[in-house]
Parts: sequence; C-alpha cells; structure tokens
Amino acid sequence: MRAFARLIDDLGRARSRNRKLEILARYFASTPDPDRGWALAALTDGLPPRMPLRRLLADLMAERVDPLLYELSRDFVGDTAETVALLWPDDGRDCDQSPALGQVVDRLRGAGPREHAAILAGLLDAVAAPERYAFLKLVGGAPRVGVSARLTRQALADAFARDIREIEEVWHALAPPYGALFDWLGGSGARPETANLPVFRPLMLANPIDDEDFAALVPGEIAAEWKWDGIRVQIAATRGDARLYSRTGDDISAAFPEIRSAFAGAEVVLDGELLVVRDGAVAPFNALQQRLNRRTVAPRLLRDSPAHVRLYDLLLDGREDLRALPLSVRRERLVAWHSARRPPLSDLSPLVPFDSLDALRRIWSSTRAAGIEGLMLKRMASPYLAGRPKGHWWKWKRAAQTLDCVLMYAVRGSGKRASYYSDYTFGVWRPGEGEARELVPVGKAYSGFTDAELEALDAWVRAHTTERFGPVRRVAPGLVLEIAFDALYASSRHKSGLAMRFPRVHRIRWDKPAAEADSLETAQALSGDSVEPRPAAGQTGHPLS
Amino acid sequence: MSMMPDQPGTWLHPTADGLYCGPGGFHIDPARPVERAVVTHGHSDHARPGHGAVLATPETVAIMKVRYGADAAGRFETLDYGVTTRIGDASVRLVPAGHILGSAQVVVEWRGVRAVVSGDYKRAPDPTCAPFEPVACDVFVTEATFALPVFRAVPAEREIGRLLRSLSDEPGRTHLVGVYGLGKCQRLIALLRHAGYDRTIHLHGALAPLCALYEELGVALGPLARVAPDGGRAGLPGEIVLAPPSALADRWSRRFTDPVTAFASGWMAIRGRARQRGVELPLVISDHADWTGLVRTALETGADEVWVTHGRDDALVHELGKHGVAARALALVGFDDEGD
Ligand SMILES: [Zn+2]
Ligand SMILES: [Zn+2]
Repeated sequence: MRAFARLIDDLGRARSRNRKLEILARYFASTPDPDRGWALAALTDGLPPRMPLRRLLADLMAERVDPLLYELSRDFVGDTAETVALLWPDDGRDCDQSPALGQVVDRLRGAGPREHAAILAGLLDAVAAPERYAFLKLVGGAPRVGVSARLTRQALADAFARDIREIEEVWHALAPPYGALFDWLGGSGARPETANLPVFRPLMLANPIDDEDFAALVPGEIAAEWKWDGIRVQIAATRGDARLYSRTGDDISAAFPEIRSAFAGAEVVLDGELLVVRDGAVAPFNALQQRLNRRTVAPRLLRDSPAHVRLYDLLLDGREDLRALPLSVRRERLVAWHSARRPPLSDLSPLVPFDSLDALRRIWSSTRAAGIEGLMLKRMASPYLAGRPKGHWWKWKRAAQTLDCVLMYAVRGSGKRASYYSDYTFGVWRPGEGEARELVPVGKAYSGFTDAELEALDAWVRAHTTERFGPVRRVAPGLVLEIAFDALYASSRHKSGLAMRFPRVHRIRWDKPAAEADSLETAQALSGDSVEPRPAAGQTGHPLS
Repeated sequence: MSMMPDQPGTWLHPTADGLYCGPGGFHIDPARPVERAVVTHGHSDHARPGHGAVLATPETVAIMKVRYGADAAGRFETLDYGVTTRIGDASVRLVPAGHILGSAQVVVEWRGVRAVVSGDYKRAPDPTCAPFEPVACDVFVTEATFALPVFRAVPAEREIGRLLRSLSDEPGRTHLVGVYGLGKCQRLIALLRHAGYDRTIHLHGALAPLCALYEELGVALGPLARVAPDGGRAGLPGEIVLAPPSALADRWSRRFTDPVTAFASGWMAIRGRARQRGVELPLVISDHADWTGLVRTALETGADEVWVTHGRDDALVHELGKHGVAARALALVGFDDEGD
C-alpha cells in the first residue's frame, strides 16, 4: 500500500504531463506483480469490486466523528476520501508495515457486500493517513489524480519502450491484474492473443481545417460527409461479443446495450457516430448525454432516447484488416457489408457530393440544422491511420462558433440558484513555463444548461474544488464546456486579450479530456478572420432535405 | 452569569481596533494605530507600526524594530516573561506562547478576574522559542487558525526527514523551500541543524535580516548564505534554498536547477492547498496549535469562557460547547495568519 500511496501522492502533486508520465513509468517498471497490475486497473477501468462507498463511509464516520465536525471538515477539505483519511481516529502512527496492494485487493474481492463495512474499517484502522487516502481512492473507482486511462497507458508504453498503439490494441483483451500484459511488455511472455476478441483499435482523428488546407483541396479527391453532433465510437464485434468503445478506448458497451445486441454475431470493426435518433430524426446532443456514463440503463431511457450508430468507416471485415487500404475502397466495402448485413439501429453516413470548392462552401454554410455540426473532409486515398495524422482528414465546424473550454471557477448563483454553483468561468490553454500549459480565462457563462445539468455541474464543482474564496470555488481543470457565443473580440480588459459576446454553455463535454480543450491560439483565430464565411441569414434548412 | 461589574465582557472587549482593556486603557494586537498597545508577537497581523506606545517581550520589540524601523512606535517598553507590571488599573504579565521567538500570551487581571490572550500559539516543541505555558484563567482568548479536526500535528522531525530524503533522491535538483520569514524560516533551519544537516543553507535576500536577528538573540542557525540579488543563474543543484512563499512562483525561482518546490506550512496538510500552490513537496510544519492542541489547551486553562479571535471559529465553538465551556467568536478583523 505504501508504494501505491506514494504514487497517488506524487501524481497529485505533479505539475506537468511529462512529470506524471515519469512517475507512472517509474512505478510500473519498479513495482512487482500483482500490485502494479491492480494499480493499473485502479487508474484505468476501476478496480473490482464496486461498493457503495459514500454510504459505507457515512455510516462508518457517524460512529466515529461528531457529524457537525465531519461536515465542516468535509466542506473545508472539499474531498470525501481526503476528509475521511484525515479524520479517521488513529494514534498519529506512521505505519512501517502496511499490507501490500495485492493483499488489500484480495481481501476486498473475497468479501460479500455485507462484509464490506467491516473490511473497510479494518483496513482504515491498519494504516496511516496517506495510505488511507490512497486506499479510499482505490476503492472509490477512478482516483482523480489528474491522469486519464490513456495517459496511464502512455506511461506503460514509456516504461517498456513500446508504442502506445500496441498496448491499446491488446488492452481490451486483458483483465486485471494484467499479469500477461506485464509478461509481454517485460519480454518474458507472448503478445496477448486478440484475434478472436472484440478489442479496441486506435482511432483516426481529423484536424481542424485552415485556409491553406482548404485552398489545397482537390474536389475529385475528397469525400465530404456531414459532421454529426454525437460522439465518436468504434464498434468491435467478434462472433462471440460486440463492444462499443469511446474515442479514447473506454468500453462504453454497458451504457448502450441495444447497440451491442444490434451488432452481436457480426465479425467486424466499424467507425461511426453514436446518436440518439427519434422517429428518424437526430435528437439534440443532451439526449445522448443522458445516456453516457451509465453502468445500467433503465428501460424508460432506452425507449425515450434510443441510440443509433451512423457508420462511416470499416476497419476490419471478418478477419481482414482494411486499415492500409484507401478510404475509397473501405467505403465500398462498408456499403457492401452494411447492405448485406443490415444491422438494426444503424445507417451509413452519406457522402455529400460537390464539384467545386465554392459549392463546398455553400453546402457548409447550410450546416446549421440539428445534429449537423459542419463537414468532415477526407482524402479518398487516405489509409486508416491511428492518431491525428496531418493531411488526410479535416473537420470544418459550422459557423455558430463554439470553443471547447475548461471550467476554472464557479460562483454561487442568486435567488433560486443560491445553493448552486451556477456561474462558470472557463478558459483555454496557452503555453506556460517549459513544456507545461496553463489555462487563461476567456469568459463566463450561466445559461445554456437544463436544471438536471445544473445539478450535475454543481456536484462536479463541489467534488473538484481546489480552493474557496467566499462564494467562489476554483476547480481542478477536469471538465470541458463547449461554449457557444455570438462573437469573440479583442479586449485589453481580459488577461486572455479576448472577450466573448453572449457566451452560453452549448453542451457539457463529460466525455472530453480537459487536455484536449481548445487553445488560446484557436480562440484568437476565431476572433479574427477565419476560413469560415458567415452563413447567410435564413439558411437553416436541413441539409439532407 | 448576571451583569456583574467584573464580567469580563465589560472590562475586556472587542472594538473596531481590536481587543481593548478598559481599566488598563490599552489594546492587545490592535489592527489600527492606537495610543497604547500590548503586542503578543512580531507577525505583521499582530504587530503593526504606528502605535503611541508598545509593550512586548524584548524579542518582539527587537523584531518590530528590524521590520518597521526603530521609530515604529512612539515608545517601546519591554517586559520579560513572567514579570508582572501595572497598566492603569489592570495588571499585565507575559507568558511564553511557543509560537515564534518572543511570542507571548498576555495575562490581564482586573479585580480578581483573569483573562489570558494567547495570540498565536502552539504546543509542539520548537528549538527557536520558549515552550507554551498554560495559565489558569477565567477567560481564555484563543486563535483558531487550524481549528478543524483534519488538522493533526505531525512531528516536524518527520517532515524534515522527508525533505532530506528528497534531497538525496534528487541530488541534481535545487530544493526550494517556501517559508514565512519570521519564525518558520528560522525554525526550519534549526530543525535541519538538529537533524545533522550542516551544509550551507541558502537564503532569499528578504529572509536574511531576521535570521541575523535570531542569531543575535542567541538562536544558532549555522552556515547561511544569501542568494545574490541580481538575476544571474545560481544553479545550486542539491542545495537547500529558503525563500518567502511569494518568491516560489516568481521569476526569481528560475535561476535554480530544475527546482523541487517545497513549502513548509500547516496548510500543507490539505492536498488541495499544496496543489493550488504548485507545491511538489509539501512539508506539514505548523507554528500553530493543531485541533487537539486548541481544544486541550482551552480546557486545561479551566476558563469558563473562551473567546475565539481569528480562524475557524465554528468548529471550535461547537466542540468546546460539548465540554460545557461557553465559547464565542469575536470575529476580530485584520488577522491573516502571516506565520502560516
Ligand atoms: Zn495570527
Ligand atoms: Zn503569528
């Protein structure tokens, strides 16, 4: 537990991504099995078994600490695990002997739900405050120490001098504590078998288009598609199983059981957009949002917000890997596969014909309808390359300007919002010292979300507060808000040099890593002339009609 | 209690300028210039310039003169620990508070009622100052800087051990430690010396004058060197450099070799605080009483009234209430806990 507690501590303090990678890589290289495997599980997919930690802790603390003092402490510290770790009665010990991580996990896994409280208390009794904290983060699911599952896998790749894509391709064929993975990485075992397993293949991502890219486009060589306002997914199906992955390779199958069964029995890997489609029409993004991050789905939600996949690429057909083939060929194979198979809850993302760049601009100007975010432009000759290779795929967002910003501060509202943190200051990234980047505020918003979203935002703010001054909370940079605004203009009154006109929360990007939010440079580009012509008034018709 | 003439609230009470003793005609740690002040210790939120007369321990007076100049008050009077003096109709005695060098509790008596104004204090041992002495009293006036049960003192030696371990683990990096200039700085140096660290300790220029004063007042600090004030690269890999907290994130810190940023403060017990300051190596070293210390001390004095001057009063008032002690918050202004 010591080494793990130290890992959690060090990660919590590391200031740069590189430092975090170093700390993780050192841990993976130097920690024995199975401890490092359990730590890896804790930092990525979460550690079994899950338990109702909040309730268990509330009960355990009620027996041990004055409730008012607990509440005041919890409020001050801003984090339940840390508060409990600090308040748990002990004799000021500095434990030299604490159980190994593997032992702790074994005890938890061997226990039934009725034993959880006693085991939790026993372990908290046995260790000192830093280990208590790490332990609670461990059993609490994702220990929010500013590392994503992907960063963790990157560190694993660094520790064993591999390409992260090699790890991502085997990742979903593995299970904690990942003995086979470490054997393979360490050179003492074979590569884990993935041939018959529905594993994730790293996605190919598009670059935002700029003037130069646009001018260089040759109409006959480019496939245009609508940019759908959903989330990017990969469907990986083998005869036995079908899974749904997010673009960072997280398995989100459990939240979308209907998609999983729609593709059951196929043997294919597909790239597409996950949407909620009601009566043939794409529902607003927040309908989809309600379906995200669930382990189970209520029947009512399944009925009211049915998921749908709009497919645009085919990576594997049967056992045949198509990724090296040009898009034009993959597209033909996709069309053929889909018309032969016709899986329910799916269709193809249509190609948008155009014969000149001017025509393309006109089409783009019409992309304001629900579900359409702009255009995707893909070179027909492009192979399917993992990552964000330059010069193959571009995204061209519609004119309603949006920026993906990171929530920085939240302020309590007034009136009926007095108990909510409802006013948000958000920022974008700019280069800081050395390799690091820092956030610089670009605006404030207090509208654009539903009451249910406000609840969720408020809870998020409280759980991620790093500092409080009066009604203001500073939060850890972990939540991306897609901010829509009418205009962005230069302003000397703001630190960023920019001010926003009528900013509102367009959507809450629970799915997007904060590191991938927009940069100040991107924001500045939006404030000046961009490649994007302003759409003419009244052009709001559905581009597909 | 009825409105008796000797009820403490009537002869010792909070005013806009700070706590005021009517029969003695003096304020204790006033926030604004007053005619006559008794000062518990040299931190800037307790000791301010511009009073007509200041009574304090000789060390506190010396500290005030170094910080604010020899004419920072119309008149300085020193009072040694344990000696009773009269001011007006009240009697005044200063007793060690264990907070920083010269820090004192002010024991005020009037008509047989005794109040102790403890200023800032701690119960943990400190090689740079006299230890806290509990004084039985009717009214105990306490700080509440760390008055939440999440604050539990850890032995300072353990934290020094962590600093020295980091130094040997990362010998190529400067260890830049943020410390408040008065008290924490000298205590950290003394603790390092006690732990056997005898190398030169490097100081940001702003820390030098008070270190010199401590040495003059008999607190040995070992070999110290000032980091040159001009911008040249200082390097100093593997060395300990102490700096005021504000310098940690300042350009000034760029001159060192890939520094490990440490910060010695009671606030470092809370992860969010360390993270917010970008501290890589938080050292939980506090010059204030922890939760247990605050509660235990208030009970130990036997006071049936406890007044809380500054900090987290809500939790402390609640806890003392459970022990049958009438506690209340004075909500005095102007205290911002320079020392931690
Ligand atoms: Zn103070
Ligand atoms: Zn002080």
